[in-house]
Amino acid sequence: MTSGHQIEPVSTGRNSGGRKGLIKKRAGDAGLHPQPGVEFLGMPSFTKAAHIALGDDQLRRNLGRATHTIRDKRKRTVGELDDWQLLRSAAAAIKDRTLAELDRHLEQFEAAATAAGATVHWAADAEEACKISLEIAQTHQATDVIKVKSMATQEIGLNEALAEQGISAWETDLAELIVQLGGDTPSHFLVPAIHRNRDEIRQIFTDKMGEVGRPAPDDLTNEPRRLAEAARLHLREKFLSTKVAFSGANFAIAETGTLVVLESEGNGRMCLTLPDVLVSVVGIEKLLPTFADLEVFMQVLPRSSTAERMNPYTTMWTGVTPGDGPQEMHIILLDNGRTRALADHVGRQALRCIRCSACLNVCPVYERVGGHAYGSVYPGPIGAILNPLLHGVTDEHDAALPFASSLCGACYEACPVKIDIPTVLIEQRAEVVDEKAEHTAPDPEALAMRIAAWTFADHRRLERAQKLAGAVGPATKYVRRLPGMLGGWTQSRDLPSIPKESFHQWWARNRAGETT
Amino acid sequence: MRVSLFVTCLADTLFPDVGRATVTVLERLGCEVDFPAAQTCCGQMHMNTGYARPAGDMVRSYADTFADADAVVLPSGSCTGMLREHGKNVAPGVHLPPTYELSEFLVDVLGVTDVGASFPHSVTYHPTCHSLRLLGVGSRPYRLLEAVKGIDLRELPEAEQCCGFGGTFALKNADTSSAMGNDKINNVVQTGAEVLCTSDSSCMMHLGGFASRRKLGVRSMHLAEILAAQE
Repeated sequence: MTSGHQIEPVSTGRNSGGRKGLIKKRAGDAGLHPQPGVEFLGMPSFTKAAHIALGDDQLRRNLGRATHTIRDKRKRTVGELDDWQLLRSAAAAIKDRTLAELDRHLEQFEAAATAAGATVHWAADAEEACKISLEIAQTHQATDVIKVKSMATQEIGLNEALAEQGISAWETDLAELIVQLGGDTPSHFLVPAIHRNRDEIRQIFTDKMGEVGRPAPDDLTNEPRRLAEAARLHLREKFLSTKVAFSGANFAIAETGTLVVLESEGNGRMCLTLPDVLVSVVGIEKLLPTFADLEVFMQVLPRSSTAERMNPYTTMWTGVTPGDGPQEMHIILLDNGRTRALADHVGRQALRCIRCSACLNVCPVYERVGGHAYGSVYPGPIGAILNPLLHGVTDEHDAALPFASSLCGACYEACPVKIDIPTVLIEQRAEVVDEKAEHTAPDPEALAMRIAAWTFADHRRLERAQKLAGAVGPATKYVRRLPGMLGGWTQSRDLPSIPKESFHQWWARNRAGETT
Repeated sequence: MRVSLFVTCLADTLFPDVGRATVTVLERLGCEVDFPAAQTCCGQMHMNTGYARPAGDMVRSYADTFADADAVVLPSGSCTGMLREHGKNVAPGVHLPPTYELSEFLVDVLGVTDVGASFPHSVTYHPTCHSLRLLGVGSRPYRLLEAVKGIDLRELPEAEQCCGFGGTFALKNADTSSAMGNDKINNVVQTGAEVLCTSDSSCMMHLGGFASRRKLGVRSMHLAEILAAQE
C-alpha cells in the first residue's frame, strides 16, 4: 500500500471495506433466513476495489498465506506425474471436441438422463433457471433447502431468488457456511472464505449460528478441529430435516446421463443422497461425451484444485434409483451467456474451465487484491476473461476486468485445460477499446496511443521525439513526479530520466556508414 | 556471423547502455552487428492496451525492416515474445525473420555460455515472465551469469513471481502493480545482492524505480550489461 492515499469508506460493494460495512449493517438482523447475498452490481470497478483491498493488511496476510500454501502443494502434486503436460493436452482436446458439437452432446445427455428417470429443464438465463428452481421448491412446499457448494447456483443468484419467496437456502460446505453466516460473499472457487482467518471464523460462528439453528458451543476456540466440529453439529440438523437439495455438477456425461460431483467434506454426499428431491443446476459446458473421458479429468481436477491426488468424496448419479437416494431428480441445463462465449473464436476456450482455481492461486494480482475486487462469483484470471465473455464488455465493470492483469502468464502455465488466458485478455482489451471508440470521443489514452503509433510509424519521428525529450528533460538521473496519466507511475516509483543521446543517435555518431 | 540488432524502443530511448552492451557482447563473440536505422517498436504496448491495428502495423514494419536479416537479436524477452508468439495474431500472415532474445541467441545459436565477462559483484537475477513463460528460456540466463568471472550469484526468493510491470497495467492498476513491485524488491533486498539483474528493460525500469524511490542502494542492470562487463 502506498502512502498518501485515504482508504475510502464503502457501504456497499463486494470488497473488504464493503464486507465490514455489511456485517455492521446486519448486526441487528435476527431473521430465520440466511443472509441474502449482496448484488454484484454497483461494485466499484476493479481498480478502485483493488485499491481498497490492498489497504486491508489482514486481508493481504490471509490471502498471501493461503495462496502460497496451495500453490506450493499443487506444484508438488502435479510434479509427481510424468505425463502432466500430456494430461493437460488431453483435457483441453476432450473439452474442445465436446464444445465443437455441444448441441449433439446436450441432446444425448437429455435423452439418457430422462431415460434414467430425471427431469431435464433448459434455462436460457439466470432468471429462467431461478424460476424453474423456485417452482420445484414450491411444489414440495419447501421452507428450507440445503445446498452443495456450486458455482452455477451462485452465478444465477439462486439463494437470493429463493429468499425472496421465503425459502431459506443453507450452504453446507464449511467455507460457504462461514461466508453465509458472515453475511459475506465468496472470494475464491474452492476456498470461498480464503479471506478469513481462524479468529474471524470463531467470531462469526459464535455470533451467528444460534440465529439460524444449533448455536456454536459456548467454549468454542479458534482450533480448526473445534471449528469444524461446531459446523458439523450445526449442519447435521439441517441434513436430517431438509427435504429438497440443490447442487451443481463438476461433470455431466452425455452417453449415460450421469452427473458427477467432487468434494472434500462429505457434505455433498449428504445433500445428494439424504433428501427426497434433488435439483442440479448444470452449465452446458460441463458436458463430457463419454464416461471414459472422466479418466483424464479425475486426474487433473483434484491435483489442480486442492493439490490432492484424489479428492475424498466423488458422487456420481444417473437418474433415480427406486428406494435409494432422492426419488425425484431435476437437472437444469444453464446457458446464461455460454453460447455467447462459444461464438467467440478466441474466447471460447474459456468454456473448457473446470473451476479448479489453480489460476487464482498462482495469480500475483489475485494474491494481492483477493476475489471480491473482481465483483463476480468468478474471480481471478479466469473470472477476468469469463465475465466479459458471458456478459460482453458494455458494462463498466466487465470492461475493467481484461485490464486486471500484468499478463505474466502464470495462469496459463497452471491451467489444467490449457486456457491461454493472456491471449484472451489481449483480445478482450481490443474489444473494450473498439467498443469505447464506437460510442465516445477519443479519451486521453486513445490520443496518446494514436500519437505513439504515429511516432513509431517512422523512425525519423521517433528520433526527433527522443532528441527533444533528451534536450528538455531534467538533468537528474531519476524523475520523481509525472503529470496526468503518468502520475500513476510516480506515485510509488521513480522513472529514469531520458538520456541526452538515444541508441539511434549513438549508433549514427559512432558507427555511421556501417548501418543500412 | 552477421547479426541484426533490434534494440527495442525502450532501450533505444531510456537505456541506450543496454544497446551498447549488447553490441559489445556480440562483437566480442565475433559477430558482425548491423543496426537498421528504420527500426522503432515491436507494437507490444499498443497490443496489450487494446490497440491491435497499430500494433499489427508495427509488427509488419519490423518484418520489413529486418526482412534480409540472418538473425535478429533483442535484449528483451518481452518484445521477442510479442513478435514471435503474438505477432501473427495482430498481423496475420506476417513472415518474421529468425528472431531471438539475447540469452537464446548466445546459448542456442552461438553455443556459448562463457562470454568472457568478469563482474566481481553480488548479483540476483529476476527471470522476467515473458522470457520464462512465453519463450521458455529456462536456465539460459543463469548459465550465462554463472560463467561470469568473479560473480557472486544469489538466489532470488520467489523468483518466478511477476514484478508487476505489465506495460500500461503499471498505470491503470498502479496500486496493484506497486504492491507486486514492492514485494519483488523486498525479496531482492533479502538476498543482500548489490545488483538486481533482469533481461528486460521494462522490468528493470519498474524495479529500478522502486529501488530509487526507497533509496535502497540496489543497482539494477540488464543481463547484457553484466555480460559486457570486464571489470
